[in-house]
Amino acid sequence: MKVDFSAVVVGVSAGGFQALHTLLPMLPKAFPAPVIVVQHRMAGEDDYFVESLNSKSLVTVKEAEEKEEIRPGTAYIAPGGYHLLIEKDHTFSLSVDEPVCYARPSIDVLFETAARVYGSHLVGIILTGANNDGSNGIKTIKQGNGLTIAQDPETAEVNLMPQSAIATHCVDFILPLEDIPSFLTNLVEDNHGNF
Amino acid sequence: MMNNEEIEIKVLLNAIQLKYGYDFTQYADASLTRRIHKSLSDSGYKRISEMIPPLLYDKDFFNSFLNNLTVNVTEMYRDPPFFRSIREKVVPYLKTFPFIKVWSVGIATGEEVYSLAIMLKEEGLYDKALIYATDFNDTVLEIAQKGIYPAQSIKTSTRNYQKSGGKHSFATYYHADYDSVIFDRALKKNIVFANHNLATDGVFGEMNLILCRNVLIYFNRALQDRVLKLFHDSLRTNGFLCLGSRESIDFSTVAPAFVPVKKRLRIFQKKKGQIKELSDES
Repeated sequence: MKVDFSAVVVGVSAGGFQALHTLLPMLPKAFPAPVIVVQHRMAGEDDYFVESLNSKSLVTVKEAEEKEEIRPGTAYIAPGGYHLLIEKDHTFSLSVDEPVCYARPSIDVLFETAARVYGSHLVGIILTGANNDGSNGIKTIKQGNGLTIAQDPETAEVNLMPQSAIATHCVDFILPLEDIPSFLTNLVEDNHGNF
Repeated sequence: MMNNEEIEIKVLLNAIQLKYGYDFTQYADASLTRRIHKSLSDSGYKRISEMIPPLLYDKDFFNSFLNNLTVNVTEMYRDPPFFRSIREKVVPYLKTFPFIKVWSVGIATGEEVYSLAIMLKEEGLYDKALIYATDFNDTVLEIAQKGIYPAQSIKTSTRNYQKSGGKHSFATYYHADYDSVIFDRALKKNIVFANHNLATDGVFGEMNLILCRNVLIYFNRALQDRVLKLFHDSLRTNGFLCLGSRESIDFSTVAPAFVPVKKRLRIFQKKKGQIKELSDES
């Protein structure tokens, strides 16, 4: 399969601490796209989570900063209390607009702005969670001809969020969490050769 | 090449600027585009450009568009550790002055101004303070001036007030009336509510303290830099500048003129020479 993608966006809620500690450490150091993550969380409980992921991963894991240039081989985590948006010049912006699906950061906001920028070169992934945030975002990514993945609800700590994404009929692949990193790596290798 | 949507947005923003003087052309795109789409779906029109005629000819349509476009989400004592730090690091310094001027910028519906007024009152500073509270949106300024908020917000406000180092019962500052709370009229005595647009208006003189939190994130770098210069020029030497917890001055041309008092909480002091006694870099 050939999918030339420039960015991966990930939405995750309840159960995300474990899920991200499984997913991100399995990505190779030179993963040739940025991975941009919204994990639902409160403002002000940030540091440990990001530091812990960074210490266990080969890719750099950091909090996304306002106006920061988005680079491959890096996983960015949305700061608590702010929506994370993608600008056309491939930088981040933040907003304190009203919460979406009770969430700020919201997965829908990230996915919809990412779809606008990356179009068919975007992969969107919904993982474990007890919310339906991300479902509209998955639809938008599909409308832009991006590729969409949901974690197999049976392997999710909380299955509501992947189930609700799948119910949109816009999900291309349903995969167990452990299979997602190699799936992504294979997509990339098809396009970029070995790295 | 611009796509059609980008062209439509550009033309729409130009129309608003020509007709009403509001300049949104230096706002960060992603959020602005998202909010324009929200107005579009509320309006029932299919294309962004179809909103241009009603924006020009229907003042009510324009007003609701403007309210949709500008972000008016705020709460009392948002980020309580910030207010605690102001009490601990900034207030002792302000107490050394016979009279202080404070500028609260982009106040939206005003929750932060009342938070500030209550804090100054508890610290014995209110009676010698003048607080300028500005926003460029008259609709929200009116709400701020009334000081009436939905009762359901009071639980969060009270909790935040306590966490911020509040010294009394929060209930002494408002009167509850059915599903609203009305803040004590006396808190408004030294507050001047005024219209000010950061994209087009100028300096607001000789401030001891400027608060502008989570406003700059909506601007592009050029406008951010303009605004930071404006704040620099509006502050007295040793005056304090407070930004939102994810906002930065590092990129700006005025960055060398400020030292961090609490870097994490984005509290900066405009320096003169080598004044660094308040800096702790934490």
